[in-house]
Amino acid sequence: MREDRKGDAFVEFEHVQKSYDGQTLVVKDLNLSIAKGEFVTMLGPSGSGKTTCLMMLAGFETATHGDIRLDGRPINQVPPHKRGIGMVFQNYALFPHMTVGENLSFPLEVRGLSRDERETRVKRALDMVQMGDFINRRPAQLSGGQQQRIALARALVFDPQLVLMDEPLGALDKQLREHMQFEIKNLHEQLGITVVYVTHDQGEALTMSDRVAVFNDGRIQQLAPPAELYERPENSFVAGFIGENNALAGTIEQLDDDKALVRLDDGGLIDATAVNIREKGQRTTVSIRPERVEFKPEMMPEGAHTIEAQVLQVIYMGDILRARLRVAGSDNFVMKMRNTIGQTRLDAGQTVRIGWHPEDARALDPI
Amino acid sequence: MTALNFGDDMAITDPSGPATGPLTTADGKPLVKALARSQARLRRKAFFLVLPLLAFVLITFVVPIGQMLQRSFYNDGFSANMPLTSAWFAQTERGTVPDDAAWQALALDLQASAEARNIGTVGTRVNYDMPGTRSLFTSTGRKVRRGIDPPYQQTLLEIDDEWADPQLWSTMREASKPYTANFYLASVDRTRDAEGNIEQVDERQRVYVMLFWRTFWLSGLITALTFVLGFPIAHLLATLPMRKSNLLMILVLLPFWTSLLVRTTSWMVLLQQQGVINDLLVWIGIIPDGQRWQMIYNQTGTIIAMTHILLPFMILPLYSVMRTINPSYVRAARSLGATSWTAFRRIYFPQTLPGLGAGAMLVFILAVGYYITPALVGGSSGQLISNMIAQHMTGTLNWSIAAALAALLLGAVLALYWLYDRLVGVDNLKLG
Repeated sequence: MREDRKGDAFVEFEHVQKSYDGQTLVVKDLNLSIAKGEFVTMLGPSGSGKTTCLMMLAGFETATHGDIRLDGRPINQVPPHKRGIGMVFQNYALFPHMTVGENLSFPLEVRGLSRDERETRVKRALDMVQMGDFINRRPAQLSGGQQQRIALARALVFDPQLVLMDEPLGALDKQLREHMQFEIKNLHEQLGITVVYVTHDQGEALTMSDRVAVFNDGRIQQLAPPAELYERPENSFVAGFIGENNALAGTIEQLDDDKALVRLDDGGLIDATAVNIREKGQRTTVSIRPERVEFKPEMMPEGAHTIEAQVLQVIYMGDILRARLRVAGSDNFVMKMRNTIGQTRLDAGQTVRIGWHPEDARALDPI
Repeated sequence: MTALNFGDDMAITDPSGPATGPLTTADGKPLVKALARSQARLRRKAFFLVLPLLAFVLITFVVPIGQMLQRSFYNDGFSANMPLTSAWFAQTERGTVPDDAAWQALALDLQASAEARNIGTVGTRVNYDMPGTRSLFTSTGRKVRRGIDPPYQQTLLEIDDEWADPQLWSTMREASKPYTANFYLASVDRTRDAEGNIEQVDERQRVYVMLFWRTFWLSGLITALTFVLGFPIAHLLATLPMRKSNLLMILVLLPFWTSLLVRTTSWMVLLQQQGVINDLLVWIGIIPDGQRWQMIYNQTGTIIAMTHILLPFMILPLYSVMRTINPSYVRAARSLGATSWTAFRRIYFPQTLPGLGAGAMLVFILAVGYYITPALVGGSSGQLISNMIAQHMTGTLNWSIAAALAALLLGAVLALYWLYDRLVGVDNLKLG
């Protein structure tokens, strides 16, 4: 369903490659189309090429190969100041020698707007981020969160259709960050702008985005809405990068459509859903989310395979109990249990049998 | 009760109780005293730590410079050795025709100081204000050393009739006061006539004011040149990748590590009429052999050599400021719609001002006091005021006027510093 958006794509990367030194590719064959009004996040570890993609879109880096199109128009040769793209930088990049008002007025001045028009627009943009009283302050006199709001207002004041954000909340504390996530999301919906957001914080990506592009090694590993990304990762990298994940290595014993039976390396047998596995006998890594692991037989579907697990540690975390188990020779298998009144309390040293719904275990490419 | 009342429902009271006096510690001692006592030890320790430095600065800096500056307004060469004459001057009005008492005082003073072999000092002091009079004192001194008899006026006039010159008496009257502003007057090409009025010196002797103007004009020009040349280099240094910028930095600093004399001399080799550059221009055919350019031993030489020598003082502060300017500022400006020129002019350049201010101050102040380079390559048209100061220190030995010139220079620089502080703010200065 998402793929057929290609027709009305607002931002389009087509076979884009980028190399800085002529030896290695930082971005390898990037294809991405973003619809008007969409909030797309580029998520990935540092060095995965996500910031380079953003910089190419903004015009600060040139694509070594391939086309970038904005609203159907190729922009490879368009200098940054003619692209009309709003951008929020990681360190805000508020001009330190100008007041807040002058900062916001700058993009309007270079566009030759009249003084009255500038004043109206600046005031409107500041009110939008609830910073109307700060118009005469200098950036140095503002807190991190306030600077963030001003940077946002400055990127929006000239009514760009597309706004790029390069880890804009990275420098804020957790509480403020969550608040700002909410506000950015609100602004996005109010103004109907298209946002391309870069972050390495998966929580941020999942809460804010319409779609998330997970980057690794210069490629998009998976491009999907947050829920799909979390529940149906397409490969081991995405499974491991998004959320907490248990990985069990094994070999495909039996394959029936997408129902697979996996023989773990210590001999145990588990159910899984084959995702990117083709044939019997292939090596695989089975990925299971900790909150989908069950240890009470009545919670598991009929006929589900179970394996033995030894409880190593139980950590009380308030809303959940987090048990670390030894499973198939690994000490890092995690199971999360809801902290309800009737919940069975496990103790360290205890041995239980664990299992899961076959749909929750995904047989992916071997790590 | 001294609580402040904000309306009826809001009152702020001192939490420590109704007492309105100063705050006290738990056992009732005044808080201020307790704080001072608790920090006294630390403060004493800190004082002893800086004591050696303080002594060093006092002994090597404050005292000698203070003494030197004192000479610019204090000189007791006359008053200490000619007490009777000085007393007569003190008792009489300016312009009084010397009477018998005056001649007696003069004769006895001359005799006494000649006997004590101080007559040279007296002559030197008068000579400062009235050139050519030193020999009058020394030759008269030789003749009266063994004693002098009345009538004094006649005897002295027989020795030399110059003693009757009213200008001489006026000058001696000025010199008889140990505190004098005359050296400062001389520093700005002014002198006192026989009536004690301030007037300009003879046109041919007016040199200091012109030199001051030339010094400030050339220093300003050199500062501007170092800015024009240094700004792009500093920008390159700040933006190139580490390895290349380190190499460039070495190139910038290399002249710094070379002796000033060697650098100045190499400019001579390059710029003189039979030098490398002229040879090259003649060889290419740009200028005929007979019209080689005069690029050294004049103002041009001073400007070229000093710009080169002072360039690093502009580059280094600029560089240190530019390095801290995050490239995302310019990027932000570009993304907001500014052309690269606008981004430079409105966003980048204003942020380099602290470094520019520091560099300009450094270069200007150094240039104003520069001595050796103009002395070597300046010829006569490239001499600065410091060359004149040196001339008085080592040549004419008139330390008083040297001190006065130096004090004026210091005053002018301080005034500029004050002006800079008013316009830009010294807090904005970043030296590195």
